[in-house]
Amino acid sequence: MTLAPFPSLLQEGAQPAAYEPVLPGLIVLLPLLGFLVNGVLAMRVGARAAAAVRAGADGAEHQDDGHKRWVTLVGPGVVGLSFVLVLLNFAGMFHADLHDPVVVSYWSWMVTGALEVDAALQLDQLSMIMMLVVTGVGFLIHVFSVGYMHDDPGYARYFSYLNLFVFFMLVLVLGASFPVMFVGWEGVGLCSYLLIGFWFQDREKADAGKKAFIVNRIGDFGFLVAMFLVFTTFGTLAFAEVFPEAPALLEYGGATVTAITLFFFLGAAGKSAQIPLYVWLPDAMAGPTPVSALIHAATMVTAGVYMVARMAVLFALAPVSSAVVATVGVLTALLAATIALAQYDIKKVLAYSTISQLGYMFLAVGVGAYYVGIFHLMTHAFFKALLFLGSGAVIHAMHHALHRTHSHADPQDMRNMGGLRASMPVTWITMWIATLAIAGVWPLAGFFSKDEIIWYAGLAASSSYPALFTVLWVLALATALLTAIYMTRLMVMTFHGANRTGREEARHLHEAPRVMTIPLVVLAVLSVVGGWVNVPEEVAASVLGLAGALPTSEWLHHWLEPITAGAAAIRYEHLGEPAHAAPFGGGEVLWAGLSTLAALALVLFTARAAARWKVVPAARAAAPTGFKSLLFNKWYVDEFYDRFVVQPVLAASRFSWRVIDAVLIDGAVNGLGLVTRAGGAFVSLFQTGQVNTYALVLTLGVLAILGFVVF
Amino acid sequence: MTSLLQAVAFDSWILHVLVWGPMAAMLHVLLEDEERSGHIAFGWTLALFVVSLGLWWSFTVGDPGFQMASSVPWIEAWGVHYALGIDGISLFMVLLSCFTAPITILGSFRYITRRRKSFYALMLLLQTGIIGVFTALDLMLFYVFFELTLVPMYFIVGVWGGKRRIYAAVKFFLYTAVGSLLMLVGILYLYAATAGAGDGSFAYLDILGVSLSMREQLWLFAAFALAFSIKVPLFPFHTWLPDAHVEAPTPGSVVLAAILLKMGTYGFLRFLLPFFPAASQHPSVVTVMLVLGTAGIVYAAWVAAVQPDAKKLVAYTSVAHMGFVVIGIFALTLNGIQGGLVVMISHGISTGALFLILGMLYERRHTRLTGEFGGLARVAPMLALALVITALASIGLPGTSGFVGEFLALLGTFETHPVTAVIATSGVIFAAYYMLPMVQRVLFNELDREENRSMPDLSRREIFILSPMVALMIVIGVAPTPILERMEPSVEAILERVHTTPPAEEPADS
Repeated sequence: MTLAPFPSLLQEGAQPAAYEPVLPGLIVLLPLLGFLVNGVLAMRVGARAAAAVRAGADGAEHQDDGHKRWVTLVGPGVVGLSFVLVLLNFAGMFHADLHDPVVVSYWSWMVTGALEVDAALQLDQLSMIMMLVVTGVGFLIHVFSVGYMHDDPGYARYFSYLNLFVFFMLVLVLGASFPVMFVGWEGVGLCSYLLIGFWFQDREKADAGKKAFIVNRIGDFGFLVAMFLVFTTFGTLAFAEVFPEAPALLEYGGATVTAITLFFFLGAAGKSAQIPLYVWLPDAMAGPTPVSALIHAATMVTAGVYMVARMAVLFALAPVSSAVVATVGVLTALLAATIALAQYDIKKVLAYSTISQLGYMFLAVGVGAYYVGIFHLMTHAFFKALLFLGSGAVIHAMHHALHRTHSHADPQDMRNMGGLRASMPVTWITMWIATLAIAGVWPLAGFFSKDEIIWYAGLAASSSYPALFTVLWVLALATALLTAIYMTRLMVMTFHGANRTGREEARHLHEAPRVMTIPLVVLAVLSVVGGWVNVPEEVAASVLGLAGALPTSEWLHHWLEPITAGAAAIRYEHLGEPAHAAPFGGGEVLWAGLSTLAALALVLFTARAAARWKVVPAARAAAPTGFKSLLFNKWYVDEFYDRFVVQPVLAASRFSWRVIDAVLIDGAVNGLGLVTRAGGAFVSLFQTGQVNTYALVLTLGVLAILGFVVF
Repeated sequence: MTSLLQAVAFDSWILHVLVWGPMAAMLHVLLEDEERSGHIAFGWTLALFVVSLGLWWSFTVGDPGFQMASSVPWIEAWGVHYALGIDGISLFMVLLSCFTAPITILGSFRYITRRRKSFYALMLLLQTGIIGVFTALDLMLFYVFFELTLVPMYFIVGVWGGKRRIYAAVKFFLYTAVGSLLMLVGILYLYAATAGAGDGSFAYLDILGVSLSMREQLWLFAAFALAFSIKVPLFPFHTWLPDAHVEAPTPGSVVLAAILLKMGTYGFLRFLLPFFPAASQHPSVVTVMLVLGTAGIVYAAWVAAVQPDAKKLVAYTSVAHMGFVVIGIFALTLNGIQGGLVVMISHGISTGALFLILGMLYERRHTRLTGEFGGLARVAPMLALALVITALASIGLPGTSGFVGEFLALLGTFETHPVTAVIATSGVIFAAYYMLPMVQRVLFNELDREENRSMPDLSRREIFILSPMVALMIVIGVAPTPILERMEPSVEAILERVHTTPPAEEPADS
């Protein structure tokens, strides 16, 4: 492994071509324009729908499809154009040898005293990868949405929110300072809120949006405090000034850097749904399924991982915080995977799977393998977006079939599915590819990224906190096995076995239209080849790399070196040469081979076992019992929070109002008034008794006192 | 623009026009028909607002002192002057007041249906008092204007208010009058102190020259601080506010929240810190103010969250917002005070807009209980858009004015009092906790009440009222620097004075 020679890489003497950003502002601006155009269209549609409601129409609002052509053009169009611009920039950066980030400043945002925050974007290798994922996968999901949302009366509103999301997400990954990043950070939270509660008439969905926002604000509290600490330590909030200064200004393992990174991580835990703040993400599935794919799988929820990678230098200086990140990551991964085993709602399984995979990413950045975290972020964006869109296609088909027969069965409950492969072959095959990818089966994308995470977790066991990291490594391995099980269970219950939709409904099950299946196919291809951008050298040379036949070798690793070099240097200085063996011996190739064999074996085993299950449709199913009930009810964490957090705060609020405000403070005030009135009984003889005159008397009183004092 | 303003000698007359213009308008209203009173008041305040915009260009950036200042003796025997002038701090209070006035009056057209003439006359009188408070450079003149705002507001609540309007009006009046009486005593003490150096004077600059011992400063600080804390209102002096807001008619609530509360924090900055620099940084004083400010942020947010009445909810959020201003000021840092000032501006706009929107809902449904609404986004999408943006600005979403203010205030507080700042920062969580459920109960959920199904969306007049406010929330959120750079020198000057002026020696006989 090549962690050691980073500093030397920075001194290479070649003369590189300079990188000139191509319209970086436009990349961000285009989705904002799309939001405005679609927003205006949405307001016009909304006004007409409102008029219809006032006129007495209900439910089936008058549909006017004239605007939809424009929405279809603008919504995905702006994101597609952004993607093209990102590709142009990528080409430029690819051929240049860029070491320092390029900062493009637009205007002075907040300037007061020593504080100077510019509205500035930072283009470097990390923001480039993030932009590619956000606009690339984002574009595919926009296209998919054209089919998925086409019959929804809120079509224009949907795309305006989705465009706004892409805008804020780009601000998040491009922001050149903490506050600008925070604009994107809370902005994506806002869009998430709006899109989770997209069907706001449904109280449950509106509640889910609200929950997401409030829980995220707990994280944002951490982000804010961390920013304050950074400013008081560095006197600036710009990335380009903070990170180079950090090793000199902060003591390794000191209290300040530990506090900064832990507060930032609280923010990350909120946005990226980690313990203890993960509870909003499963509820967020209330939003339209493409939203779940884009925001709650591929992009927004990975922002916390991006954050840690972006602040790699700070986290490298804080070994305790890094250990916390890794520990929280693994525990979240394991907890979520166990819950995913027992869910019946297809989207809930995927939601917990996402939480679990995000946990893996945090494990990676927690053990100092920052580029690996980003690697898994990228491959996960491919296969998890694919899984969500595939589930969207399934739900879409189920919904239409159930709608035909006016059935009230739940179109998302896997117990009501079964045997869908016959009617939905493209969805079936592409989802299997994604399932094998997430399970870590060679040579798909997830195999390479997840394998490296586990490998680096194992290596960490030989540096600091050996016992802790050995345990984390074992748990990470165990979670990998659970992943294979719950995903196979999902596939079998959905696509295999006998059909459980009902005979009449089954006749109406159809494959999704091409506008939806093409994104699935593209993502399926990416789920296969996506991992090849970073085949480790040892693996590439072995049988698992087809003896060097796989195209690239550690490309992403080298690409991100300018970002991670500072952190790597710090780790090298304090932790020394990283180990080259897993805790119980064995090299990377051996463990990679073992894990892929185990994953494949578990997929096959689960598939065979699941084929023999007697699944009954949800309506007739008995409630889960025993340990399964504990998993099905998500370890009762929501209930725990309600009991020990939500209710106490509510009680304190009511107490503050009813007792402190109404009785104590107002009681004192009114009591004072009563005493005054009693004392003023004599004075009242001279008054009309009308309350209005008090005003006059008081004014006169003021004048009297004035006169008394002056003379 | 600057040369045009110079050609008409803008600097020499603008402040006098802004102070007395509303009073002239009041006379105009009183002389005209009842029918036309609203339009006349609107015309005058709009014209005054347009004229006031000249301040933006005629104000010299970088000058910390008072600009456009003028002073003539008023009551020579007592040393009272008619002295006006503005610095970077008052500039924005004046602009905010001039901006709010026409909007408020336009927002009264449908709400105020009886005794309109008296109503608009009082609103205009109130405006004179407000501009006077923010421009007066003589303590007695300030006091007169300060009290002048009290009387019209008392009648606005007491006459055009809701069911318990008398209770609310009296409570409002007594609370504030008690506070300002103590302040008056303090003012007279200061007057006496200036007399030592010749003739006594109420002039602001003369009083700045007085040197006070620590003991004197602490006592006077207490007298002034009580008056201003009630006005802010600072926890636990806030209980008049929810009652006043709930009972006040919409325009009353708007002026109260947008402008009158600011007179308290303005008083902290204009008088408390410069007059009593040693007391202002006395550790016990700072601790008390920070604790009360922080307590207000958290406590008021909690109380707000459980209010069934939307107007009361927003009233409590004012206490929370003003808490950010108070801690920003008493952190005694540049960022803290700058942030506090932006919160004052932002709160004026966003809370003003919230009260206007709630008023619009009240005009449609004659209720303010959030439980009576639900699903309104379906019948009133424009209103929904306005409410959502305003609510987000109110809870400080980045990109809106609310964020800039809270961020700077908290950052400035953190620089000197990190623990306080961390506790106060939890206010951002509780802001979401009180605001989003309200938005949801009004706009989202099922449109399940028959009465709400026929609710009309915003009218053109209403759009005209709300759009400049919404635009300002975003403009200030995206580009606050032009505002910050105008305030900075004046804030620096105050801080400089606080940090470099030692108290006088204690008198030997005390």
